[in-house]
Amino acid sequence: MATQLADIADLKSIPVEDINVAQPAIFAAGEEGAWFERLRREDPVHYCHDSQFGAYWSITKYKDIMDVEMNHKVFSSESSLGGITISDPEYMGEDGGLELPMFIAMDPPKHDEQRKTVSPIVAPSHLQLLADGIRERAGEVLDELPVGEEFDWVDRVSIELTTQMLAILFDFPWEDRRKLTRWSDVATGSPESGVVESWDQRKQELFECAAYFQKLWDERIKGQPAKDLISMMAHGEATKNMPYMEFLGNLILLIVGGNDTTRNSISGGLLALHEHPEEYAKLKADPSLIPNMVSEMIRWQTPLAHMRRTALEDCEVGGKLIKKGDKVVMWYISGNRDEDSIDNPNEFLIDRKKARQHLAFGFGIHRCVGNRLAEMQLQIVWEEIMKRFSHIEVVGEPTRVFSTFVRGYSHMPVIVHK
Amino acid sequence: MPKITFVAHDGTEHVVEVEAGTTARDAAVDNEIPGIDGDCGGNCACATCHIFVADDWINAVGKAEPESIEAELIQFADDYTENSRLACQITMSDELDGLVLNMPLAQH
Repeated sequence: MATQLADIADLKSIPVEDINVAQPAIFAAGEEGAWFERLRREDPVHYCHDSQFGAYWSITKYKDIMDVEMNHKVFSSESSLGGITISDPEYMGEDGGLELPMFIAMDPPKHDEQRKTVSPIVAPSHLQLLADGIRERAGEVLDELPVGEEFDWVDRVSIELTTQMLAILFDFPWEDRRKLTRWSDVATGSPESGVVESWDQRKQELFECAAYFQKLWDERIKGQPAKDLISMMAHGEATKNMPYMEFLGNLILLIVGGNDTTRNSISGGLLALHEHPEEYAKLKADPSLIPNMVSEMIRWQTPLAHMRRTALEDCEVGGKLIKKGDKVVMWYISGNRDEDSIDNPNEFLIDRKKARQHLAFGFGIHRCVGNRLAEMQLQIVWEEIMKRFSHIEVVGEPTRVFSTFVRGYSHMPVIVHK
Repeated sequence: MPKITFVAHDGTEHVVEVEAGTTARDAAVDNEIPGIDGDCGGNCACATCHIFVADDWINAVGKAEPESIEAELIQFADDYTENSRLACQITMSDELDGLVLNMPLAQH
């Protein structure tokens, strides 16, 4: 029996073979760093024989993660094998499990064609067109913040900005945009996280999401092809005839991909600066550090803690034999703290050398398609913050998300000062 | 030492001279040529050192090997063409002295 929650407090006494790091409570407590530090040191490619998600391998070193990422012929993302997260439909109860095909959870060649369909929306030429609008809306959101009184940064800034961005990319009805936030939370949530009461409720809400988008899709397919994600998929050869579950799956991918990730890097970046006043002083002295700082914030936060693969054949990784059919979890959050690949990985340094060399976007054919949009959003929000506020103070303990996948914050009380 | 001319999307030329054996990616990053990101450190894993080999040079440099990791990654690069390569996969030699590499608008 692998370790359960009661053991979190006495990590040191647990035999390494009994460690099970895939416990949402560890992440909710912000304790995962110590667990991964021990795995990297004692058993960097680690087999956990039993967990709430079944047996799985943990890949914890930067270079081993890179090897798995680049070997997509052996390490499959295919949704029917379990997809890209440790939690697969098997663990969602009899009625709640949904197998959702989506291009991140496909292997070539189908993955390649669907990815190419949506990729132009986040290409540099289109980002240039979006930049002014992002800056204007970021300014509006920041100008509305109450100065000198406590509020929730996650809701007022991180969620609002990323949800607005997503609404624009989908050309989604503006007044309904918080539905996107809800669907994103539901898609990665679970009954134990409190986001939904049951797996069945999760399924029902995701079907509501599909029904809502179906209406938008039906409108767009009648119109001329336009530069929004729904129109691009509705008119794209590789995506226009998707089966229903694949339609829903790709929507969820784009909603979560464009929402949870940047949201948590905005929140996590603020917390990092709050906890490292000397770095904030560097930023004040030289705002031209912002682009480099953004890469460091993304590494520091690593808003998706892992991606999962399934072995299609026996394969050695870091000296261990992974067997065909095994579940393999690449812990990006651990690779991004790996002292053998990153200098002083436990230090948050906004002027870090080679800051772009981090694992948070993944590598290989599934590398985050929206990476440059995410960086641009973060750069703009920090440039606009520096124009407006002298200081942002985190005034209470933030609430962390109860998940082994989304690594982030659901609440962060702050006070902004002019 | 072989020279490389990196031509930015706006036409600006950056000329660097490097030791034979250096990759074109390292030549750009080590000399802070804007427009080559090289996020993975030169491991052919991210496709953020995408360049277009000038027509006069494509035979000398060669195209990406079909079914290689480079070919798999580069197909996703914006404005991908027959002359698209990843700079980390081009190793400089005396035969490539004078190489001209055109850069995209930005890396993605």
